[in-house]
Amino acid sequence: MAKVSTYIVERLGLQDTLQYASQKAVPQHKHSFWYFWGGISLFSFLIQVVTGILLMVYYRPGPEAHESVRQITYQMNFGWLIRSTHNWAASIFIVSIFVHMFSVYFMKAYRKPREFLWLSGVVLLLLGLTFGFSGYLLPMDMLSYFATKVGLEIPKSLPFIGPAVADILRGGIDVTEFTVQRFFALHTVILPMVFIPFLLAHLWMVQKHGNSLPESEEAKPETDRKSIPFFPNFLMQDLAMWLIALNVIALLAAMFPWQLGEPADPLKPAPVGIHPEWYFMSPFQTLKLIGKLIPGAAGEVIGMSVFTLGMVLWILIPFYDVKSKGAQRAKRATYFGLLALFILVGTSAWGYLGVQ
Amino acid sequence: MMDESKLNAEPTEALGTETSRRTFVRVAVAGMGLAYAGAIGYPIFRYLNSNVEKEAELAAIKEVTLKDAGKLPKGSILMFKFGPRPAMLIHHADDTWSAFEAVCTHMGCTVGYDAARERIACQCHGGQYDPKTGENVGGPPPRPLMKYNLVMSKGLATVTRI
Repeated sequence: MAKVSTYIVERLGLQDTLQYASQKAVPQHKHSFWYFWGGISLFSFLIQVVTGILLMVYYRPGPEAHESVRQITYQMNFGWLIRSTHNWAASIFIVSIFVHMFSVYFMKAYRKPREFLWLSGVVLLLLGLTFGFSGYLLPMDMLSYFATKVGLEIPKSLPFIGPAVADILRGGIDVTEFTVQRFFALHTVILPMVFIPFLLAHLWMVQKHGNSLPESEEAKPETDRKSIPFFPNFLMQDLAMWLIALNVIALLAAMFPWQLGEPADPLKPAPVGIHPEWYFMSPFQTLKLIGKLIPGAAGEVIGMSVFTLGMVLWILIPFYDVKSKGAQRAKRATYFGLLALFILVGTSAWGYLGVQ
Repeated sequence: MMDESKLNAEPTEALGTETSRRTFVRVAVAGMGLAYAGAIGYPIFRYLNSNVEKEAELAAIKEVTLKDAGKLPKGSILMFKFGPRPAMLIHHADDTWSAFEAVCTHMGCTVGYDAARERIACQCHGGQYDPKTGENVGGPPPRPLMKYNLVMSKGLATVTRI
């Protein structure tokens, strides 16, 4: 057995990697818990890759989209479970990305030398949301039809190029089977092709720079800091978290199986209480509130501008909240983060209360 | 409860517990791993197998009735489905009838009818069958075609599995 493993390691040229892995350590402190959330995002992404491929076995984009999802959900053995797992893993994926992002933000882990880790993370989040948006249409029921219709109003409000962008995404002037077809291509080919290189770069940089220490921990002398070996100790903890995530997703999928609504019908009015998926609730509600404060086209423009400005400030945080410039700036960044978190949670909750 | 002899025996027993505990953990972890693999693998297998199961149900049918069979001219055939499988009804020139499963016994291609030579022929590898008996009479097929029971009455063909 040992001989075989030595043989394989030598032939694959893995000695250096294994040497590196055996020395890799993960800091242990009272905030260590947050280190798991990137891994949970990765795991729920992997679940979606597997269940997504399985769904593709029976899913037919285009005019038969709704019928094929109906077959998957109500006819194929365990099809409901596969579909439900795909959808619940998507939610857990976005939740864990948000937790990961805010923990990185508040621990100031985006600072030198990890600026690109932050940026690639933001790209992965945006791609993740696009995954959600494009996947939501694929069953082509009433909810997904209107969600996509409304969602595509946002690119439409871009100056000058907006309407053309929306038409290209839709593949027509309304959401039809052609939209389903191209959203399917987007969801299963284009997005993975863009997502995976960013993911690999993100993981590569994590290996290169190691785990970032929170400020409280960095203040301690090096001898007082504790760490555990990555292999096997942290890996085992990581896998244990994955197992918990798997169980949570399986429970959610089995106890709250995803349903399928009536087939999309452009002649029917939008159903009462229609609202986007929870991860789009905050921008949905924020735009609605700004629209109420400043009615008309002006409100829309101001809403979108404020929104874009906030996003740009958020994305560029590693470049103006730098280490050497004293505590004042760092505090401001923290307040900005708290404000962002408050708006995100607050508007989402408000949105849901408003719906009911 | 604990008597003296047991206390004395403690060192060896502790060693034994250690090994058995390790074995227990190993077996438990492996068992849980297997349970998870099963819990994940079983639904995936059944999901992928859905159509196979559905078609197996279809294939279990015993009888097919062909309504317009009587209109079939002499020397021609009617292709139909017996469950999920292609089948062939032949109206011979001498006004007799036969029905076969139209699947070549060589590599599973659908066979066709060559009226001019009065043969059932497979285009894939040149297999030849006798259109009355289904006997393999040329080319690579190892077995005769599967023949169905056929009852013709009032222009209605009732095809049953033998």
